[in-house]
Amino acid sequence: MTLRARAGRTGMMRAGMILPPVLLLALLFLYPLALVVRDSLSPDGAGGGALSTRAYSDVFGEASFRDALLNTIGIAAGATAGTLVLGFVLAFVVAFVPFPGSRALSRFIDVFLAFPSFLITLALLFVYGTVGMANGLWTDVTGASSGPFDFLHTPWGVLLAEVTYFTPFVMRPLLAAFAQTETAQLEAAASLGARPGRIVRQVVLPEALPALAAGGGLVLVLCLNEFGIVLFTGAKGVTTLPTLVYGKAILDGDYTGACVVAVVNVALSAALYGLYRMLLTRTGAHRARPV
Amino acid sequence: MNVRAANVRAMNGGIRNGGIRFDGVTVAYDATVVLDDFDLTVEPGEVMALLGPSGSGKTTALRAVAGFVRPRTGRVLIGGQDVTALPPHRRGIGMVVQQYALFPHMRVEANVAFGLKARKVPRGEIAGRVAEALEMTGMDGFAERYPRELSGGQQQRVAIARALAVRPGVLLLDEPLSALDARLRAGMLTELARLHRELPGLSMLYVTHDQSEALTLADRIAVMDRARLRDCGTPQSLYRAPGSAFTASFVGSANLLAARWCGEDAVELDGGVRIRVRGSGGGEGEATLCIRPHLIGLGEPPGPSGPPSPDVPDMNVLHGAVTGLQWRGASHRVTVSLPPSGAELTAEVRELSSPPALGEKVSVHFAAADAVVLPPGGTP
Repeated sequence: MTLRARAGRTGMMRAGMILPPVLLLALLFLYPLALVVRDSLSPDGAGGGALSTRAYSDVFGEASFRDALLNTIGIAAGATAGTLVLGFVLAFVVAFVPFPGSRALSRFIDVFLAFPSFLITLALLFVYGTVGMANGLWTDVTGASSGPFDFLHTPWGVLLAEVTYFTPFVMRPLLAAFAQTETAQLEAAASLGARPGRIVRQVVLPEALPALAAGGGLVLVLCLNEFGIVLFTGAKGVTTLPTLVYGKAILDGDYTGACVVAVVNVALSAALYGLYRMLLTRTGAHRARPV
Repeated sequence: MNVRAANVRAMNGGIRNGGIRFDGVTVAYDATVVLDDFDLTVEPGEVMALLGPSGSGKTTALRAVAGFVRPRTGRVLIGGQDVTALPPHRRGIGMVVQQYALFPHMRVEANVAFGLKARKVPRGEIAGRVAEALEMTGMDGFAERYPRELSGGQQQRVAIARALAVRPGVLLLDEPLSALDARLRAGMLTELARLHRELPGLSMLYVTHDQSEALTLADRIAVMDRARLRDCGTPQSLYRAPGSAFTASFVGSANLLAARWCGEDAVELDGGVRIRVRGSGGGEGEATLCIRPHLIGLGEPPGPSGPPSPDVPDMNVLHGAVTGLQWRGASHRVTVSLPPSGAELTAEVRELSSPPALGEKVSVHFAAADAVVLPPGGTP
């Protein structure tokens, strides 16, 4: 057999292995997505007739859409930043500051990842809701008729719930990364005169950057598309793109409008995630440089 | 003056506060004592090797100096200052560990500059000090490399440069050569010995379980066992007159035989074999006889006029059967079983042109001055 024939046969075998999963992906994911895009461009909402961007103009002109867009970006960015900070601090403590129960806490984080998001919201309602424990304690102590905690239905409430729920998603990869960090490096840094703050900034953080990036990227995408938490906490005062899709499609019967918002949501997710990766690649360029 | 000499002079000028003192230091984890009432002084400019088996407490002693373990009782002094309560970053030491512990995301020059920045050395001085430390360790051509681009030996040189760049008065080395192969280890030992000569004010505390490293490098050796200091002295004194069977077996190799005093200058092995020993005024009861393998000769001892003779004064001549034979390149190790007890003596002799066969009857001899009597027991 000639070299060319052998190469052709190898190429065919490779195509034969790749094609089935690609077709399955197209059938299960890309085709429904294509239907959503097509319907968002159909003037009558039934997918027929000439393509039109009129539905986009209509939706973009609505104040509710603009609010939902800003809420979505703001909450996702804030929750990602919050989980990165909180997750790093907590993971650092669990990994490097020995205390009784740290192993059990580490295991609990794994369990926490399996909890449904609305459960966290429900728990926060019990604690910070208008008739929750915090307000009850306040009224018992001060004798006032109502307590000061009334933020769960605002973007801050959604932010708190998302930071609480998604922090373990950052902690998990960080704990795995910290487990690989040599204690000898931290001790060498200390013996050279570095205080704990410098050791964290210049030794621990750079080595944890890939894990931090992985956790942050995951949280950003999940927050952009979070539905349960927003519905439970902020349904009255906060609308995001996923809840707007739900409102338009199920409550208003505006299927074309829902498709437009859904397309924007997908594009936003992809764009923000791309931006996030680009920023990380630039800030962490020294790690990626071939050696 | 060449660059190297200038660098050596600059670094020597910056070294201050050498010397370490352990003053009754005890370290314990709950009920387990890992360092017990430890007293030791390392003089400024001295290389002290802490030698002992795993779990003897030598690394704990080093970590107590570095500040990574807090003594339950006692004090640690560096340069005469009590540092027991100081955190590691305020102790002014340099440390080199077995796994190198270089920062993998930093280039070599950033690794070496790390301690200088942490100690707030003026920015303008840092580049010069980094170059000086790299030049001293022969790594000046590798400043732009990442640690993963270097061999184990090169990484260890960078770790030493990083520790020396801050010009510490005390350099702690925790099994620094254990991760290197034999050839690299020999090279690094030579390098460390050169550094010691060039930096006479620098005190080094060198933790190792390898006696050859301790014998090569140390001015004094502290032998440790089961959390306690067993012996301390120069390599020569510990080798020639060890204080215990444990020290004898850990500093060089030794034949250690159970014996019993039977006069002022003689002991008796099991089975009644009488051995003349180094004059020590004698003793009573049980003892351990120590003879270094290279001080034992094979065959009859040479007489005063040359040919072998069994009647040389102060020479012990024993007869037995060969039970082991090892060729070691320049030498042979011959193990001889002594009747009637079956106690074994190993002799290390120059390579034999016609070595004895296993089971062959042979004679071995050694001078009374080379037979040292130690307190009974205590072998590891």
